[in-house]
Parts: sequence; C-alpha cells; structure tokens
Amino acid sequence: MTAAAPPLPGSLEKNRRLDRWLRFSADGVLQVFSGKVELGQGILTALAQIVAEELDLPLAKIRMIAANTAASPNEAVTSGSLSIQDSGAALRQACAQARAIYLAAAAARLGVAAEALRIDAGLITCPDGRRTSYWDLAEDPALEHLLEREAGALVAEKAAADYRVVGTAAARLDLPDKAFGVPRFIHDLELPGMLHGRMLRPPSASAKLLALEEAAVLALPGVVAVVRDGSLLGVIAERGAQAERAWSELARLALWNSTPGLPDASALANWLKSQAADTSVVAVKGTTEAANVARTLKAAYAKPYLAHASIAPSCALARCDGARLSVWSHSQGIYNLRRDLALSLALSEDDIVVRHVEGAGCYGHNGADDVAFDAAWLSRAVPGRPVRVQWSRADELSWAPFGPAMAVELEADLNAANELIGWRHTVWSNGHGTRPGRAASPALLGAWHLEQPFERPAAVNAPLAAGGGAERNAVPPYDFPAWRVVNHRVLAMPLRASALRALGAFTNVFACESFIDELAHATGADPVEYRLRRLPDPRARAVIERALLRSAWRDWAAGEGRGHGIGYARYKGSGAYCAVVAEVEAEQEIRVRRLVVAVDVGIAINPDGVANQIEGGAIQAASWTLKEAVRFDRERVTSDSWEHYPILRFTEIPEVEVDILRSGQPPVGAGEASLGPTAAAIANAVYDALGVRVRELPITAERILSALE
Amino acid sequence: MLVNLRVNGTRHQLDVDADARLLGVLRDTLGLKGSRFGCGANQCGACHVLIDGAAVASCDTPMWAVEGKSVTTVEGLGTPDSPHPLQRALIEEQAAQCGYCSSGVLISAAALLLRCPQPSAEEVRQALERNLCRCGSHNRIVRAVLSAAAERARSS
Repeated sequence: MTAAAPPLPGSLEKNRRLDRWLRFSADGVLQVFSGKVELGQGILTALAQIVAEELDLPLAKIRMIAANTAASPNEAVTSGSLSIQDSGAALRQACAQARAIYLAAAAARLGVAAEALRIDAGLITCPDGRRTSYWDLAEDPALEHLLEREAGALVAEKAAADYRVVGTAAARLDLPDKAFGVPRFIHDLELPGMLHGRMLRPPSASAKLLALEEAAVLALPGVVAVVRDGSLLGVIAERGAQAERAWSELARLALWNSTPGLPDASALANWLKSQAADTSVVAVKGTTEAANVARTLKAAYAKPYLAHASIAPSCALARCDGARLSVWSHSQGIYNLRRDLALSLALSEDDIVVRHVEGAGCYGHNGADDVAFDAAWLSRAVPGRPVRVQWSRADELSWAPFGPAMAVELEADLNAANELIGWRHTVWSNGHGTRPGRAASPALLGAWHLEQPFERPAAVNAPLAAGGGAERNAVPPYDFPAWRVVNHRVLAMPLRASALRALGAFTNVFACESFIDELAHATGADPVEYRLRRLPDPRARAVIERALLRSAWRDWAAGEGRGHGIGYARYKGSGAYCAVVAEVEAEQEIRVRRLVVAVDVGIAINPDGVANQIEGGAIQAASWTLKEAVRFDRERVTSDSWEHYPILRFTEIPEVEVDILRSGQPPVGAGEASLGPTAAAIANAVYDALGVRVRELPITAERILSALE
Repeated sequence: MLVNLRVNGTRHQLDVDADARLLGVLRDTLGLKGSRFGCGANQCGACHVLIDGAAVASCDTPMWAVEGKSVTTVEGLGTPDSPHPLQRALIEEQAAQCGYCSSGVLISAAALLLRCPQPSAEEVRQALERNLCRCGSHNRIVRAVLSAAAERARSS
C-alpha cells in the first residue's frame, strides 16, 4: 500500500496545469492567471508580490490577467478572506515548480549544475558570468512548452527568512489608473456597436406585471426594443440617455399588482424567532450539572438587514453571437455565474465566456451577477450587438441581496462562586448564502420574474468547517467548560438575503463580546482580565495586549459621556486574530473618536494592504453599528437612496490605528477580521460611557433612550 | 441647443439637449470616463467636477447650466507625467481601496485647495462631507490632501 501524495497547496490541487497559472510572454512580462478577482481589496497586488518573490522577478515584470472563464484557473468565488490561502498558496507552489523547471533548463543550456545558478530580476546567471533568462528559455522553440505540464510533487518554496518582496508595502498596481481617471472600471467599458439596456423592476418582490402598452415606448427616439417575459421587463436603446427616457415611460405605463408580504421592520427579532426553521446544533462541549447552577444570565441581541451600498451601481455587458454568449462582469465568481447563466438561459456552459472587469468595492454577494443576467437576457433580443446595463441607485439599494437580519440569544450559567460553568449561544437568521452556481435553480434575480419563473434558491450556510454562515464565530473562543451553540436557519425569506462581509461573524462577535462584558460587570470583574484569563491561545492574548498597549487602555481618563470598550475575535475561529479598542463620546448621537486595532494575519504579504483592509473593515463596521438598517414597509424596501440609507461620512469617521503583529505563521486573509470586534468594542464603549447596554443595532440615540427605559 | 464650454482647457461647442446631464455628456460624448456615476441625485459625490473652480455634482447638472463655463474633470487635474499634487499624494498614501470614489474626492479636495491652500484636517473633512466612500479610506484620503497641501506650500 502506498501513501497518497500530499495534496498540492490551495487551488493548485484542482487546477494542476502550470501554464494555467503562468506564461512568460514574448513582450518580456510574466502573465499571471489567478481565478481570484480584484474587488478593491488589492488582492492582485498581493498575489503579484508572491509570484515576484518566488521567481525572483521585479514586480514590474508581472502582469496580472483579469480572470476569465476561457483562460483562468477555476477558483470558484473570491470570498471569505481566502484568496491568500487559495490562490496565493497555489501560485507560490506553481512558481516554485516553474523556477525549478527553468533552472534545470538553464543548467542544461549553460552546462553547469542547477545549484550553481543564481536568479536575480529574472536573469539566470552562472558563476562565470554567462547568463540566460526565463524569457530566453521560454522563447527557445525546443523549450517553449516547459510549463505545459501538470504540477509535480511538492517543491520546496523559498524560506520566509529570504523574502524580499513579500512583507513589503508594495504600491497597489491599480491605483495610478484610478488617480488619473483612466478607464478601468466595468462602467467605463465601451464595445463597438454597444447598446444600452435598462430594466424596469416590479414595485415589490411579489408584484406581477398585469398589463403594458409598449407602443408609446417603442416610438421614442433611439429605442431598439422593449423586452418582456412575464414580469421581467427591460428596454434597449442606442444611447444611455434614450434608454433612461424610455425607462421612465415604461414605468409610467406598466400596470402591476403588488401585495404586502414583508414583516414588521420594527420587530424583526420577534419575527425571526417565530418562523419555521431548520435547526442544527453547531457545537457542544461538556455538560453543565444543573445542581451547580446558582444563576443564569441571559441577553438577546439583534441586527437588521444591511445593504452592501457600494458607491457604484452594478453593471454588466453581454453580447449574444448565435448560441455563444460573451459576458463582462464584476462578479465575485465568474465560473459560478457562467453556470447559472447557462441554467437560466438554456445554454451550454461551454458556449459562455465570462470576463471579469473591475467594479467598485465589493463586500459580498451584491447585484453583480443579477445585472449580468439582465444584460445577457436583453442581448438575446439584439444578436451581435453588445448590451450594457447599469442599475440605478434605487435598484442597487433595494434589489441586490442584503446581509440578513439576525437575532442572537446568549445564556451563561454561573455557579455559587460566580464561575461560568455553561454557555449557550442561539442564532436565528436566514442562511447567509444564495450565491450563484450552487443550487439546482439559478440564483439570478431576473430568472425569478420570467413567465416560467425559476424557483428562488433557499439561503443556506456553508459547513462550519468552511467557516459557516449565520453561525460563523458563534462558537466562543474562551475555554469555558461547557457550551451549546444552536443555529435556527429561518426558512422564509421575504427580503432577499445573502453573503455580506464577515457573514454571521459580525453579529455573533458583537453579541458574544458584548455578553462577555456584561458577565464581567455582573460578577465584578474587569472585562479585559475576564477575557485574558479565559483565552489560552497566546496569539489571541497577544492581539488584545497590543490593542491595550497601543490605546493606552490602562491610562484611560474617564469623563462625562466618554467611554472605551474592547472586542476580540479570531475570524472563523481559524483565520486572523483581531482585537479592537473603541473610544466613544455621547453627543446627540454616539461619536466614535478612535479605533485601535491589533491584528495577527500570520505573514503579512503586503502590510500596507493588510492595514488598509483592516482599517476599512473597522470603518465599515462602525457605519453598520451606528447608522445602518434597511428600511421597508409591508410591501417594499423604502431605503432606496443615500438619503434613506445613510452611511458614515468624513466628519463622522474615527481616527483609526492599525497595529500588525509580526508573525512567521502561514498567511491568512485580512478582509473581514475587524468587523465583529469593532461592533462589540463600540457597544462596550457605549456602556462604559453611559451605563446603557444597547443590544440591538444600530446604536442610535433612539435605541439608547429605549434601552434606558 | 448649442452649448459652449471649456472642458479641461479645451473649447467645445456641443449640440445637446438642454436638459442632458453634464456627466453623461462628459462620459459618453467626450469620452472622459474619469467622472463616475454613483447615484444620479447629487448625493454621493462620485461625479464631482470643477465648474469655474467649485466642486459640483455633474450627474444632475443640466447642460444649459454650463453654457460659457469652464469644467475640469479628474483627467484635467493632472496626468501620470505631470500629476496634480493631490493625485501624487493619493498614490503616495495609497489612499483608496476600490478607487471608485477617488475622482470625485480629488475634485472636492482640489476645490478646497483653490479656496483654502492650507486647510486643517477638520476643514478637509468638511470639504469632503458630500463625498461618500464605502471602503473606509477616509483617513488616508485626509492625510493625502494634507500632504498635497504641504507639498504645494513647499514648492511655492
């Protein structure tokens, strides 16, 4: 019996061809194909650093190719803060193998041992000064197929101690274009013969189109087609402004029925707890002897639906050429999108190419895939001509999936000595995933409004081993002797929900870390000491200690209406460690003055990129915590503009300090680690400032008043 | 109607609908894609351009209103070979994540520096109050604007 070969790192295991990842091209650059996509998080720069390091190339020689289903490795979805683990690890090993292959070829050509060769800036040099390069070898007709092979057995990678590019704050590759207004976003893409499409969405999710007299719309200048299938309705025109005018006229003429179907927005937690649910026990540890329980403390927390609220509305282009379909999209998962496009449009996946083009910041499953369906669906009415569709701000804020509302109840059993002997964490929420490519039915908005509608897929949660969804970070990080974690996946989904940055971790960490503070106060303990005594993991303790030190926690001068608080979590229980100290002042509203964040992401591929993601996550979390909630009446979403969905503005932004702990541990993602701890730190700081515990987000003046009552 | 205006220093006479929005004309007619569509309602700042030196939302500015005016877009602030101090500082401070709000932010900041060459951090925040950023790059952006102002002071 032979032992199975160890799996190849990251996505290399499933995408084993080396030339699927790397190509030395004739123009003197290395083309790098990652299946992960730039979402504004700077991932392509970090991946380029990994490649440059392993092959000893300057960054300027590396060209990151935007992912497309025709050429890139299939790395599924760019999500879950996993790109460094999935694509980074794959590229590191692919490059190590490529390096070994080229060294062997150079050794043969130069007649020396491979060990005698040195690589610097892509040049491969002998001790006697003779040299060749990756490109010399790649252009040799006898050698040009060097990378046309599957990855072999694991090759030793460069030791971290020898890193020169990884670990440096390399500048983002995409920022110069963005500073000078160079066309780069999908919104800027113009294709020859391009037409402009505009969708008319129903007045509510359940509404049906009863009647439409479209003649007046067709008569408008520039209108090419009005396309209708059931309650799915759109218009195509020669120019953007013409499509806009036609849309207004369509909106005036279309007659819908609409029935109330939404829950009471002011009692969401009650609604969640009253619904039919798929209940699962997420984790159990030990048992609590009832006889030892002196008292049980309980608290209930809640979070509303949140909008992604990216600054750009979703946008896509599509062109139909016979049976073939080309799509340009800012989707997080181009392969998954292709699969659901095939399903919904009755095409073969092989006949569809999806190309990624950068959009504005993406924080989860937003409208990118839906608008790609819209463009593809409309393009079938105008074969051969590309159709560009850009959603309106109102559609973006009301039709893209939301981060689901959540309710969490926590209970702690204390013995007569006030020691915690049992912990229960119960979650009520829709599943946090309705991403395309995973269900029997397409997860594409338009496909649900067709005359023969596809069924809307249920929202599900990833297995806990993969980070979970609603239950993410519901298992406490503390060494309590017993716990029981239960998740009620609410089945009814009146408001469309899916993955938003950090998934359930945002609410679970907010709840868990708030409750830890409550327990400390209830038992007369210091909240920081309470945590540190129960955290065995030295990396966890280290980020907390660093946040305390950096914020001068122990020198805090209390004052009227001022407070500070702490929150901690290890993202997914397996990712980055993060501790946040928040300092707040209570004015008309709560003002967060300062956030100090300490984080351990293992080896930071690009420390400035990590700091940017961690700070951005903390600021976004502060906005969610203080301001944000999707608003709706019994029929429709009403928070469909920035006026009705306010986010934190420049004058409200706290000072943020990010401290990255030095580490030689394997690198993990940074994009989602700071959100939960920030919410908890703010809530705990509000308690410190006012003596009021707000357990329902957002923490507004109104909520503080009602918590006082 | 015929509208005469200057865009980034170049004179144009455009035959457009009087009510056509400046943003659409800049992007689609003149091919200047740097100004971004965000909301179409003057609520997010992504489409800001300078009109006679003031930061204005081009998404709801009708063409009749810019007759005889001088418009500057992010492309007109500077180029890679000759960057505006704000553009240089944005790159230097890595003051963006997705960068979609960057054009409008740069324009609002440029308007500020025109009327107030040495602003305080608080004045920078006030000047950017109409610009939304969702990625959380605000503090880096403020540092970039202050550093651009300092660079100007040194070089003048």
